[in-house]
Amino acid sequence: MSKEELDARAMKALMGIASAWYDQMKGGEIPSISLPTRTKYNIEYDDASEVWKYGDKESLRTAATAKTATHLLKMAYVIGFVKTQLRENRSSTLREMYYISEGWKRAKFGAQDESNFLVEDLEIISDVPREGFHLRPEENGASVYGPMRIREPTRRGPKLIHCQDDVGEAGYSIPNNVENLELVDHDAKFLIAMETGGMYDRLIENGFDEEYNAILLHLKGQPARSSRRLLNRISQTWNLPILVFTDGDPWSYRIYASVAYGAIKSAHMSELLATPKAQFLGLQPSDIRDYNLPSDKLSDKDVEALNAELTDPRFATEYWKKQINLQLELGLKSEQQAFAARGLDFVTKKYLPARLTEMGVI
Amino acid sequence: MDNALDACEEAQVLPDIYISIKKTGPEMFRIIVEDNGPGIVPKQVPFVYGKLLYGSRFHQIRQTRGQQGIGISAAVLYAQLTSGIPTVVISRTGAKEPAHQFEIQIKIETNEPDVISDKVVEWDRIHGTRVQIEFKSTMSAKKKLLEYLKYTSVVNPHARFRVELDDESFTFERVSQEVIACPVAIQPHPHGIEFGQLKRMAAASDEKLLDFLVNGFSRVGKKTAQEMCDKAGLKATVKVNGLPAEELKNLLAAMQSVAVPAPPTTQCLSPIGEDLIRRGLDKEFQMDFVSARTRPSSVYSGHPFVVEAAIGYGGRLEPEGNAIILRFANRVPLMYQQGACAVTECVSNVNWKAYNISQQGLPLGPVLLLVHVASTNVPFTSESKDAIASIPEIEKEIVLALQDLGRELKTFLSRRDRNKLAEDRARAVCAVIPEIAAKVSEIVEKPLVDTTPIEGRLMKKLIAKKWTTDGNVTIEVNNYTSSDVEISVYDISADNAAGADMPPAFSTEMDGQFTKVWKMAIPKHTVWRVTYPGKGGGMLDIRGIEDNKKMVVDLDV
Repeated sequence: MSKEELDARAMKALMGIASAWYDQMKGGEIPSISLPTRTKYNIEYDDASEVWKYGDKESLRTAATAKTATHLLKMAYVIGFVKTQLRENRSSTLREMYYISEGWKRAKFGAQDESNFLVEDLEIISDVPREGFHLRPEENGASVYGPMRIREPTRRGPKLIHCQDDVGEAGYSIPNNVENLELVDHDAKFLIAMETGGMYDRLIENGFDEEYNAILLHLKGQPARSSRRLLNRISQTWNLPILVFTDGDPWSYRIYASVAYGAIKSAHMSELLATPKAQFLGLQPSDIRDYNLPSDKLSDKDVEALNAELTDPRFATEYWKKQINLQLELGLKSEQQAFAARGLDFVTKKYLPARLTEMGVI
Repeated sequence: MDNALDACEEAQVLPDIYISIKKTGPEMFRIIVEDNGPGIVPKQVPFVYGKLLYGSRFHQIRQTRGQQGIGISAAVLYAQLTSGIPTVVISRTGAKEPAHQFEIQIKIETNEPDVISDKVVEWDRIHGTRVQIEFKSTMSAKKKLLEYLKYTSVVNPHARFRVELDDESFTFERVSQEVIACPVAIQPHPHGIEFGQLKRMAAASDEKLLDFLVNGFSRVGKKTAQEMCDKAGLKATVKVNGLPAEELKNLLAAMQSVAVPAPPTTQCLSPIGEDLIRRGLDKEFQMDFVSARTRPSSVYSGHPFVVEAAIGYGGRLEPEGNAIILRFANRVPLMYQQGACAVTECVSNVNWKAYNISQQGLPLGPVLLLVHVASTNVPFTSESKDAIASIPEIEKEIVLALQDLGRELKTFLSRRDRNKLAEDRARAVCAVIPEIAAKVSEIVEKPLVDTTPIEGRLMKKLIAKKWTTDGNVTIEVNNYTSSDVEISVYDISADNAAGADMPPAFSTEMDGQFTKVWKMAIPKHTVWRVTYPGKGGGMLDIRGIEDNKKMVVDLDV
């Protein structure tokens, strides 16, 4: 979708909300709006798109109490603000909008969380991602390195960038809005998304990208929306295998789950943000055992999280049951950089080739 | 202080008590306690202060604060051991009597008073007693001391306390002018007597056994007395002062096994009363809700007792944390060992969640609980008199009183929540929706949508609104009710409303605040409006209509 199309869709959706309220009040009714319930109890698996989405539980917000009325008032102010941004072709970060709201008197935000939540509400109601509202997230996206070319529209005109030849050792910085990024071409066999910067740098330094024609992507912990959207687009456009390489602990498995299946907070955007074809590369609990990696004992919280994952529908496969039960049995966790104990080349020369062969990727 | 209060009660005067604590040297303090009680006859003074266990009330069966006569003489002894300075006592028994001043110590070997000096002095009080003691101590318990005074003041609302601590002074004013009735002593009840007491009474009597039982004990008639004699295997005519210890023991067992009606409770106990507890609490704690309960008197093991309790909520109480629990025994605050006290256990055993109060063992939130146990013999867990022992009869009464109060608090809370909900709704409808309307109209670029129909449909009330725009204050009263009304609008603020398009019926000024009053009739479904130059703020009220038919909203807030 082009920028102009997206803008037009956003404007139409927002004006639709405002017009509905206007008509309600004109008819002597209290303005109201209905939203899907945003809890994990209202998340359903969609067979067609293979992602997790909000179910059909809805809650009606009516401006009949001071709290909900104020919420609707804030929403009206945000709609008014976005309308001006779209019309003047400007954009701002969520944090800037939070500060701008200082002048909105009763509609002023109490905290940044509140404005974030409200923008998510608007995304859900309008079915337009926040990029369409010209609202940027605060944190910058992660980086990517590998044999691929993209075209980015910049303020100095469109730029064609080769993500090995035209960038420094740190890679290409993924912009906040990847909707307008054109995926030109590539010479890659697969893509590895990594949790830690240490591993990302290790693979670049060891020339793993050149040797195996791999695109390397640094997730920077819990991945930002732009990283997830880019993975989704690469998977869809180029049909490349996407592999997720994290630490071997329950929290890292959730990073994989949010890449592959989507997160509760953004379940309304799952079709755009999740990559159901993404596979988990490692670090697997069986790797801890097979490679005798340096490890730490699982804490009580780790055990609790692993047990929670055993009942999580997203992990309800034979593979995950086996791995999680094995980890509980071992009582151990390892970081992905623990491979360094076997030498700096071990991960690129031994572990990854073996694991990728096992997965049928190379 | 307890002694002073007891003395005033006996003399039927309103207590006026002065307490002073001054530092006189490193770790040395001089304590002065002065009351307007009946005074002590000079002959008695040395014994009261200079002899341990000289309890003037030891054998009396009635509710008093002090009991055994340990407190004051122990203090004299402590002073003597730590500072070596004798205790100075001034006492005067009436206008015609001179005041006497004594310097007293205790002869430790013999437990006899040692009077160092005794002279007649001038004193401004007509009657009363003043004690000055100097001993080694610290001020580390200052907070506890002030709490003690505050709590004492709560349950003695007829007393005035003036306190000087080093250079600070505090006054706990009285809120009641009624002298509390002095509890009357009753005869011991056969079920509540101990062997030592029986032995002493027997030795002092020259009566025959039957008469001794009938005359010496409460609720014992001839028939009951005969039954006791028979059970103990003693003749009714035997002289009691000749009975050997062994037979007295049999007698005691017999007395306690025969059924005897409960002792009379009304005269020997002096509950504070629901009204005075409320006033006492109101005085020391500013709360939104206070209620008190005095249970009917009851008896355990032959000792009459009565339980009183009170509950307070909100106001200046801490909104978080455990509830405050004030425990009293015979009007004396219990300051220590809260955890070991039967009162605390009872409070934990009540299911406060049923009364919409959160609970983790103790109730949580802005809650204050007061429990007063008054008895001729309050059962303490130890001699230090810090905690009340677990006696099933007393615990049952405490729990009943607390449950009763819990129900009242629940009613208050749900009424308050209902009001809050109605206010919340009014605020949403009258203040926020018009703003939504303004913003939405601006976005869709259409004429401002009028929201008064929403107001009218929802509220069906008389709605007064006040707002300020561009230096003009507007007051608008919408009559959404189904009848015509005649009302007055009271508007109190710093604006004088000169230049109002509708001049007020009258306007008065006080401390820079103008009270403007408009009187008008508003037919149903019509609007009345006034505008004047000003800054707004202040308060707005409507009179002449029931509270539940009106709603006042300041849109600037």
